[in-house]
Amino acid sequence: MSFLRYFRSQKRNSASVAKERLQIIVARERAQRDGPDYLPAMREEILEVIRKYIPVDQDAVHMEVESEGDCEVLELNVTLPERGSDRAANRS
Amino acid sequence: MSKIVVVTSGKGGVGKTTTSAAFAAGLAKRGFRTVVVDFDVGLRNLDLIMGCERRVVYDFVNVINGDANLNQALIKDKRLDNLCILPASQTRDKDALTQEGVEKVLDELRESFDYVVCDSPAGIERGAMLAAYYCDEAVVVTNPEVSSVRDSDRMLGLLASKTRRAERGEEPIREHLLLTRYSPQRVDKGEMLSVDDVREILAIELLGVIPESQAVLQASNAGVPVVLEESTDAGQAYDDAVARFLGEEREHRFLVEKRGFLGRLFGG
Ligand SMILES: Nc1ncnc2c1ncn2[C@@H]1O[C@H](COP(=O)(O)OP(=O)(O)OP(=O)(O)O)[C@@H](O)[C@H]1O
Ligand SMILES: [Mg+2]
Repeated sequence: MSFLRYFRSQKRNSASVAKERLQIIVARERAQRDGPDYLPAMREEILEVIRKYIPVDQDAVHMEVESEGDCEVLELNVTLPERGSDRAANRS
Repeated sequence: MSKIVVVTSGKGGVGKTTTSAAFAAGLAKRGFRTVVVDFDVGLRNLDLIMGCERRVVYDFVNVINGDANLNQALIKDKRLDNLCILPASQTRDKDALTQEGVEKVLDELRESFDYVVCDSPAGIERGAMLAAYYCDEAVVVTNPEVSSVRDSDRMLGLLASKTRRAERGEEPIREHLLLTRYSPQRVDKGEMLSVDDVREILAIELLGVIPESQAVLQASNAGVPVVLEESTDAGQAYDDAVARFLGEEREHRFLVEKRGFLGRLFGG
């Protein structure tokens, strides 16, 4: 590694940001295309139900079907709003 | 046994036509009977890159429609005896290529050629899927840049599900990654995704890395497939890629920037 790069590398470079963003979006798109066709619609409905109780973002629900041996597992992740953020804000 | 190879990418302008011309010429140079087919209906360009634009009489669509036979439409390369080009039609009718028509022409080409190289149009629509549908192997051309990598991944998904081999449950298509317009200098500065980054994300076999090179523009100006410019970096990189494609082991070159001691010390 060069002498100047040693100091420069303290700051995160744009290529590593690109890589991280790509890894996330590619993983998500793969899960979607490899998953069953009903997944997007089901995700929307689940999002609606959650939003009746908690104001979450559009992309707060993440679903994925994974095969583990003989069985398939539907994994559902819901990112809740940060603690202390105004919970009533999105309520209409 | 003859093989159909699609050169595809999803994203436009990443170097598919450059690669198709180089690959076809590289295969022909090694003695294989090779034809390169332009699937970019309405945007014929392979003829220019191959330097045979003034000899186009009939095209792919003419053959499908029965206005000409294959021998009338194929253009023989002036440099390499066993290389032919089948030009795209300039029609604005995007539906001019039919699935049955494409199958018929490719079947006929298989009879007289060892390799049929298909230069895909950009996108993931009908034209790109027709170019890929009958293939045995795919060269996925990718630039080290976020949108190109993402599109390549989508294309890989389509190759695995929407091709004839996939639909029939036959042996899957062999997929090769060709990273083009690579700039080691910018990778070094942390401005560009590295070959290892792209490899890790796409997780397919790396066929080669083609450096960003002035030789590509110069070769296209002259109408010469860059692989025939044997003294250039891009020409050599394509030659290596073709050799690997055929099963030879070759070390990857052009992955690091050549520079002197002071450059190494102070360059970043
Ligand atoms: N390794 C390289 N170094 C420098 N320039 C390059 C390189 N590869 C391709 N180019 C340039 O990039 C441009 C696009 O290349 P090309 O036409 O091969 O891409 P394409 O994927 O076929 O585009 P399209 O999607 O429009 O069909 C051209 O100007 C070409 O000269
Ligand atoms: Mg092209």
